[in-house]
Amino acid sequence: MRYPFPVGKSDFIQGDEAIARAAILAGCRFYAGYPITPASEIFEAMALYMPLVDGVSIQMEDELASMAAIIGASWAGAKAMTATSGPGFSLMQENLGYAIMTETPVVVVDVQRGGPSTGQPTLAAQGDIMQAIWGTHGDHSLIVLSPSTVQEAFDFTIRAFNLAEKYRTPVVLLTDAEIAHMRERVYVPLPEEIEIINRKLPANEEEAKFPFGDIHGDGVPPMPIFGRGYRTYVTGLTHDERGRPRTVEAEVHEKLIRRIIEKLERNREDIISYDAFELDDAEVAIVSTGIVSRSAVRAVKILRERGVKAGLLKLNTIWPFDFDMIEELAERVRKIYVPEMNLGQLYHLVKEGANGKAEVELIAKIGGEVHTPMEIVERVVG
Amino acid sequence: MYLKSAYEIRDKYLRKDMLPTIFCPGCGIGSALQYTLRAIDDLGLNQDEIVWVSGIGCSSRVPGFVNFDGLHTTHGRALAFATGIKLANPDLKIIAFMGDGDAAAIGGNHLIHAIRRNLDITVILINNFTYGMTGGQVAPTALKGLRGTTAPYGQFENPFDIADLAVSAGANYVARWSVFNYLQGINSIKKALNKEGFTLVEFLSPCPISFGRRNRMKTAPELLRWYQKITVPLAKAKKMPPEELEGKIVIGEFADRDRPGLVREYEAYKKRAKKMMGWEE
Repeated sequence: MRYPFPVGKSDFIQGDEAIARAAILAGCRFYAGYPITPASEIFEAMALYMPLVDGVSIQMEDELASMAAIIGASWAGAKAMTATSGPGFSLMQENLGYAIMTETPVVVVDVQRGGPSTGQPTLAAQGDIMQAIWGTHGDHSLIVLSPSTVQEAFDFTIRAFNLAEKYRTPVVLLTDAEIAHMRERVYVPLPEEIEIINRKLPANEEEAKFPFGDIHGDGVPPMPIFGRGYRTYVTGLTHDERGRPRTVEAEVHEKLIRRIIEKLERNREDIISYDAFELDDAEVAIVSTGIVSRSAVRAVKILRERGVKAGLLKLNTIWPFDFDMIEELAERVRKIYVPEMNLGQLYHLVKEGANGKAEVELIAKIGGEVHTPMEIVERVVG
Repeated sequence: MYLKSAYEIRDKYLRKDMLPTIFCPGCGIGSALQYTLRAIDDLGLNQDEIVWVSGIGCSSRVPGFVNFDGLHTTHGRALAFATGIKLANPDLKIIAFMGDGDAAAIGGNHLIHAIRRNLDITVILINNFTYGMTGGQVAPTALKGLRGTTAPYGQFENPFDIADLAVSAGANYVARWSVFNYLQGINSIKKALNKEGFTLVEFLSPCPISFGRRNRMKTAPELLRWYQKITVPLAKAKKMPPEELEGKIVIGEFADRDRPGLVREYEAYKKRAKKMMGWEE
């Protein structure tokens, strides 16, 4: 396999470019999108690379169509991705719910920008945390990953595809304008250095009869993709294990929705990822995600120099959320600070997790700039 | 044409465990479905290489009743989902079963862009001038003066002529019949399925329960008589002055051409890309 970019070496590239390259190395061969700042460079890179690797890149008429097209492509057997920013992500919510309901593996990149509405198209924000987790309607669950460096944007994109395939679910890669447009050194590995997970296919006709049944006891049914003779019917309506619409029976709905949510819940340990920095003896903790974590690392160093026993918990997965881990942390520290580039979204999750065991304080910042380390330090030392 | 019995078609292509259908007495969707299945059967197409897609509405339930791969999607978005299926696996033949509200209102943008791209797909469009599933609200195809629950005093907006729209946007094959024109209907679907690119066969389809009842046509035969009154064959329409065509619907074949479909265009694009990058001669 020939790649249209160097592999097995480091390159100095933007976050958006890193996401595109990682997607191709992860096996993505279908991209549908609609241009939007600051996610357009992902599309532009995909447009450049996809025809060369015998994949498809297509500019759809809007975000609703982009999301729809990647779901269709996934049922036709392709690993598929789209990328957008806040307002476009809102338009995708309808079909994101469809992907959850039909257990379709797809990857959606949301490069956040200042909102609401068209807001600050060229500036960074973390205002879509709630939208990513709870944006679509009905009871549901999905996976949300959040990188803080360009290398992580690369690595998490590969992980996003693997998790999507493993758990037959949409995965949102939630990044922001700062990471999207920043250039950093990224190691682009050789294909053989990457672990690739592919979706479970039905082993036989019998298994294919239950595309929505928990036939292996792990909550993740094998996916009978189109054109292989299984004659699978896929619907966004509440359906039974065979995929037949059963819209008025409470038990059928409850069984389906609970399984969809629990297949992720019971694999929390596999899905949830975080990095701890100086947390072992910490008396105050900072919990953050994405770009802000980089200021937080520096803030912890400054605080330590000043004799404050500070530590950082950097969340790489925002959902499923590890409420228990936050509670354990809250039991060990005096106070938890949550710096984020919005007026309090991650804060709510952390506060719920802390469960009153420690005080939780929000360090909010909006307008387009990342917190400086000193802004965090000053709030901690009062 | 030799016509197999309806039972034979039913037993070969429908999922028995999904019957009966949700369709009301007098509904025309079953007829359009039967014509589509007969066309598939006559052409001897491989059942395992056809995917049915749909959006939301009465006709959109059809993929559930037929024993094929099927994707029953969100309202109006069938063609956008189909774009992904077709481009990800061009070997699959795609049939979209859509209603007039689904295709022309919420899905209007997807419709014109799928046609513009010449997406390789056959659309069977059920036009009953109404939103049947939600109880008879007015559709964008409703002729002026027709009643719906959201236009209780008669529609005041201009209607969409979907076939006309499809021709203008660039579809390779466009035909419109009422479901009572069964031979023309079957033949049109066969032509459509045999073509690359975007093909569309529209059927005026009776909805006595949600539509007819509110427009003084409570039964399918009454709607049939009304269709006979308002439809004009294309050849005849060409000779009629515009004022006589007011309030009438022209039926027939409106486009039959062979522009390259999206799949062929993308294959050529891939080749061009590799050549421009020096990957291939």
